[in-house]
Amino acid sequence: MDTNMATSAPQQSNSLDELLAPPLTLSQLFWRRFRRHKMALFGVVTMILLFLYSIFGAFIFTESYANYNDTSIRLQPPSAEHPFGTDTIGRDILARTVYGGQISLLIGITAAFIETFLGVLIGALAGYYGGVLDSILMRLTETMLCVPQLFLLIVMAKFFGGKIPSIDFLGRTFSGSVIVIIGIIGITSWMYVARITRAEFLSLKENEFVLAARAIGTPRSQIIFKHILPNSIAPIIVSATLAVAGAITTEAYISFLGLGVQPPTATWGNMLEGAYNYIETAPWLWIFPGILIVLTVLSINFLGDGLRDALDPRSRAA
Amino acid sequence: MSTLLDVKDLRTRFKIPEGTVHAVNGVSFHLDLGETLAVVGESGCGKSVTMLSVLRLIAIPPGEIASGSADFKGVNLFKLSDVEMEKVRGKQISMVFQEPMTSLNPVLTVGRQITESLQVHMGMDKKQAYHRAIELLEMVGIADPKNRLGDYPHQFSGGMRQRVMIAIALACDPDLLIADEPTTALDVTIQAQIVELVIRLREKVGMSMIWITHDLGVVAGLADRVVVMYAGYIVEEADVFELYSNPRHPYTLALLEALPRSDRRREQTRLKSIPGAPPNLLVEPRGCPFAPRCTLAGQDCWEANPVLSPIAPGHQVACWREEAR
Repeated sequence: MDTNMATSAPQQSNSLDELLAPPLTLSQLFWRRFRRHKMALFGVVTMILLFLYSIFGAFIFTESYANYNDTSIRLQPPSAEHPFGTDTIGRDILARTVYGGQISLLIGITAAFIETFLGVLIGALAGYYGGVLDSILMRLTETMLCVPQLFLLIVMAKFFGGKIPSIDFLGRTFSGSVIVIIGIIGITSWMYVARITRAEFLSLKENEFVLAARAIGTPRSQIIFKHILPNSIAPIIVSATLAVAGAITTEAYISFLGLGVQPPTATWGNMLEGAYNYIETAPWLWIFPGILIVLTVLSINFLGDGLRDALDPRSRAA
Repeated sequence: MSTLLDVKDLRTRFKIPEGTVHAVNGVSFHLDLGETLAVVGESGCGKSVTMLSVLRLIAIPPGEIASGSADFKGVNLFKLSDVEMEKVRGKQISMVFQEPMTSLNPVLTVGRQITESLQVHMGMDKKQAYHRAIELLEMVGIADPKNRLGDYPHQFSGGMRQRVMIAIALACDPDLLIADEPTTALDVTIQAQIVELVIRLREKVGMSMIWITHDLGVVAGLADRVVVMYAGYIVEEADVFELYSNPRHPYTLALLEALPRSDRRREQTRLKSIPGAPPNLLVEPRGCPFAPRCTLAGQDCWEANPVLSPIAPGHQVACWREEAR
């Protein structure tokens, strides 16, 4: 591109550029707009680093080391041997943040997946069929929204806690409480996704292409999931991304209350649990898991923001 | 000739908060095998709703098919289950819509949209459907079909999209194609191309056709028979030559006078518009629905609605003045 032109009239050269270039595919358009969002790029990079941290950290420390307690070295400040210090019963905090990260990210992603799946299903059916089904599903949604989520979480965590045995998976033992927490977060937070999806379906189903698809005999399930759903994917992806951040914070606060994932399985949330007695005396107990939670949630939110801008059809002119 | 579609006394209503819209009021018509029927009338006179009702594509509620039957190959479509109806649509009866710009799904490739009905109705696998899709695009005159299958609708022009829509509609060799003003949204030269294409394909595929339009000019070269609709009623039905040479209903006459003609001198070519607007369909008219706009209307026209009655073989008119003649 002519640099003079670019500096004197960037706007114009841009549109000229666009006119001459072959039409962009949807993914090219998306990437073009996404990469302008510097914060979103920061979010993506940070998320990748956090994943690498919790995946490759496991090759350095074994899980038994992360759970190994030696009260003789309890509450040691960061040192060469224990870079993040040790906790109240002498476990290595660095190793625990690695394994805690795995569980926190696992909970965040799977809970967000369940939440999105439920929300999309309920919202799509309500929006597409309308009428009685819509009324029933939307009243259910409103009922769920009326009950404070924290209250639901505590009650369900108490009710299901300990009822599900630990499971072995990939040679590791996962506390049953992980499954419980994933399930609880999933089924207490689908309502916003359902509302977004329903609103999208309500307007999209009036489109002529839906009528055209019906006119050639496309079965209903295909119309809902193959014709309408891809058109409403942008807000759903955005809310699913934000749901990951939401699920991680939710896990952190129920674990902080002692109702979440049970030790010795570490999560960033339950690492904070024992720390509140030592806020001043042993700040390393909460600083490291705290920073990791903040970083994760922050970068997911940036990522969601970037996705929203890049996927918004109203900002087509990139 | 055998009858392909026989619609009898179709009544479609829409219940809206303001009342009941009487969109189609006892429409009966038939279509023979291999025949092309044109349905003419101005906007909002029930042409599209009639056809959407036949295909059971109107939204219920607020819509409702209050009475009538639609026998397609001897089977009443209104008696079929929803799943059975899905098998009729696309496979036996296809429909092409007015707006090519919005009738294609913007996020699916053209190839996906063509192969979809092939996989659903013909049980083809992906590969077979893909080859058939290339054939179809070639048939509707799209250059380089192999590469265009992967393109999205926004990469096609309006005329091209309508060609794609036609390809989708014809994918499963339907017996009947219903075209709902397929050329209205296109400019004149593209219109001519599309009409030409459809005529060519009709002969090739050997299908029957119903062509909805408000453009009597398009009808002349295309249709065998014409049905003129007004306010949800059929007001005249005739052979296409008969209709143009001997229009009997005042509404048909008015429509023809509103049409530019190249065989008239300049001072005669001033187009006449029809005064007034179509009636409010919320109130079921007592008399002839056209009476308020009719130059020939008399007292009797306001009192009772004339029924469609034959005046010559294959020519029916619903007008009191006709009976008096």
